[in-house]
Amino acid sequence: MKPATDMQPDTDNHIEIADLTLSYGDFLIQQNLNFNVRRGEVFVVMGGSGCGKTTVLRSIIGLKSPGKGQIRIDGNSIWDVEDEKRNELKRNMGVLFQQGALWSSMTLAENIALALQMYTDIPDKDIREICSLKLALVGLAGFEDFYPNEISGGMRKRAGLARAMALDPDILCFDEPSAGLDPISSKLLDDLILELRDSLGTTVIVVTHELASIFAIADNSVFLDPDTKTQLATGNPKTLRDECDNFEVRNFLARGEARE
Amino acid sequence: MEGETLVLTFAGDWLLAGQRTETNNVDTVLAEAEGAQRITYETSQLGTWDTGLITTLASIQHFATSRRIENDLTGLPEGAQGLLNLAFAVKEREGARREATQPRLAESVGTATLEFLESGKELIAFMGELALSVQRMIRRKATIQASQVWLAIQEAGVEALPIVGLITFLIGMIFAFVGVMQLNNFGAGIYTADLVAVAMVREMAPIMTAILMAGRTGASYAAQLGTMKVNEEIDALSTLGINPIDFLVMPRVFALILMMPFLTMYASLMGIFGGLVVAVSMLDITPLQYIVQTNAAVGLNTLFGGLFKAIVYGALVALAGTQQGMACGNSAMAVGQATTKAVVMGIVLIVVSASILTVIYINLGI
Repeated sequence: MKPATDMQPDTDNHIEIADLTLSYGDFLIQQNLNFNVRRGEVFVVMGGSGCGKTTVLRSIIGLKSPGKGQIRIDGNSIWDVEDEKRNELKRNMGVLFQQGALWSSMTLAENIALALQMYTDIPDKDIREICSLKLALVGLAGFEDFYPNEISGGMRKRAGLARAMALDPDILCFDEPSAGLDPISSKLLDDLILELRDSLGTTVIVVTHELASIFAIADNSVFLDPDTKTQLATGNPKTLRDECDNFEVRNFLARGEARE
Repeated sequence: MEGETLVLTFAGDWLLAGQRTETNNVDTVLAEAEGAQRITYETSQLGTWDTGLITTLASIQHFATSRRIENDLTGLPEGAQGLLNLAFAVKEREGARREATQPRLAESVGTATLEFLESGKELIAFMGELALSVQRMIRRKATIQASQVWLAIQEAGVEALPIVGLITFLIGMIFAFVGVMQLNNFGAGIYTADLVAVAMVREMAPIMTAILMAGRTGASYAAQLGTMKVNEEIDALSTLGINPIDFLVMPRVFALILMMPFLTMYASLMGIFGGLVVAVSMLDITPLQYIVQTNAAVGLNTLFGGLFKAIVYGALVALAGTQQGMACGNSAMAVGQATTKAVVMGIVLIVVSASILTVIYINLGI
């Protein structure tokens, strides 16, 4: 696998965030966000707890409408198109939620199969094989007929990733992938993210504050600040740690050990 | 007090579990030290300590800060200094502290009224969503899985038979007891069959089945959907472009509306059977006589009147359960509240609609 710094992603923008402002009622979450995610890169949305990282992700995946601004995927502004078009754009995104969010009344295979049954004409027998393959990719071969409550938290997360990959989406989004995982499982998930980028050219957005993970996988990143409720910097995290003008960003990336 | 310096001497054990009279004394001591410029500590006699000491030191620190008095911690044990510095290292976030206020009666009534109106608006909006979903179903654009519908039918149908059967059998028996005791006084004991049959088919079977379904199925809908919301399962559906109303709500609503008339018919039969058992054992009549009398008492109007009520109640119970589930907050407590609200709302809607339907039936001569 190639290290992140050797990557030469395409220069065209896959996702564009323009003047994005998000709030819950009168409570402002983030304002005036502007950043682009290039096709085939791993992009990390980072910042301290409570800075609104997950809300930004929810807005990108079509769950939280922005107060102001635009989110464009392949040039289509997802909050300005008809519902049908938005659903089509959403289907092109796989999402791994923080706790996996598997449908508890279905087996792992049924969880993965649902999207394939809904949106493709693949025969049931082939769907079963695809499910087995996706589960094998995340290290869960043989767990097809298990229910989510019969497996561990880490396994649920991996099964959630298998489900997110069901329709071979162009974009994969991860909400705190390392949360609740031991260091080895966390590293395996990071490796898997890089493998998906390298093998399938998938664009990956990861919301996290885990520094080890950030430095291991990120090609590019945006840093959100909970106090000013704005983005403080964008760029490669290693470059930001060493060269960013903003002390907050350098300090965060140096684990609180940066010098003024 | 030594000049402008207040020396605070701490002695003995300062533990949370110990006697805490000294802590209260601190306020009195500090009140006398209004003119001090500096506070220092003498702790050579201090025994064991824990948060009991730190809490007192923190209130002294607050006192000193508010009066711009220098608080010299050097006399304190190192551990206590470290903890105190840690507690004051991060400034309190502005606006984070919430004042505990006791709302006035008018304010409470106003808030409750607004919440009631808001929940009414949410219910109407939800009915609108359901109407749109029906439209999508007709245009075959809704994402519905047959297995979900069958599962919902099983849960709302067959699995409810034992409890519905038991309760309505007993209700039939109670009605028969009352009928036998009263009607026998006039030598009209055989009319117990009429009383039980009409009461069950027309009113009691639909309403009792509906109330049971509100407590059983309506609550289960709210808990299932609420938990799915807490676990982000509903968000996961949305990200696939699957409308949760089409996929989760419609099968449940459809199943309950479909199953309610069948359950009501079954409930009526069980109630009549309960009445038969009592009447035959207490009166000098045969089961056949009871059945013939029942057959004569129940017309088609009564039967269909009861079944229509069952459909209306079923729709209302499903509406309350699914709406509360989908509107559930993101916590375990919210799931509990949604379940309670679903049952209460379901029963209120059943009783209100029962009254309205009874007036309509009387006016239509049914």
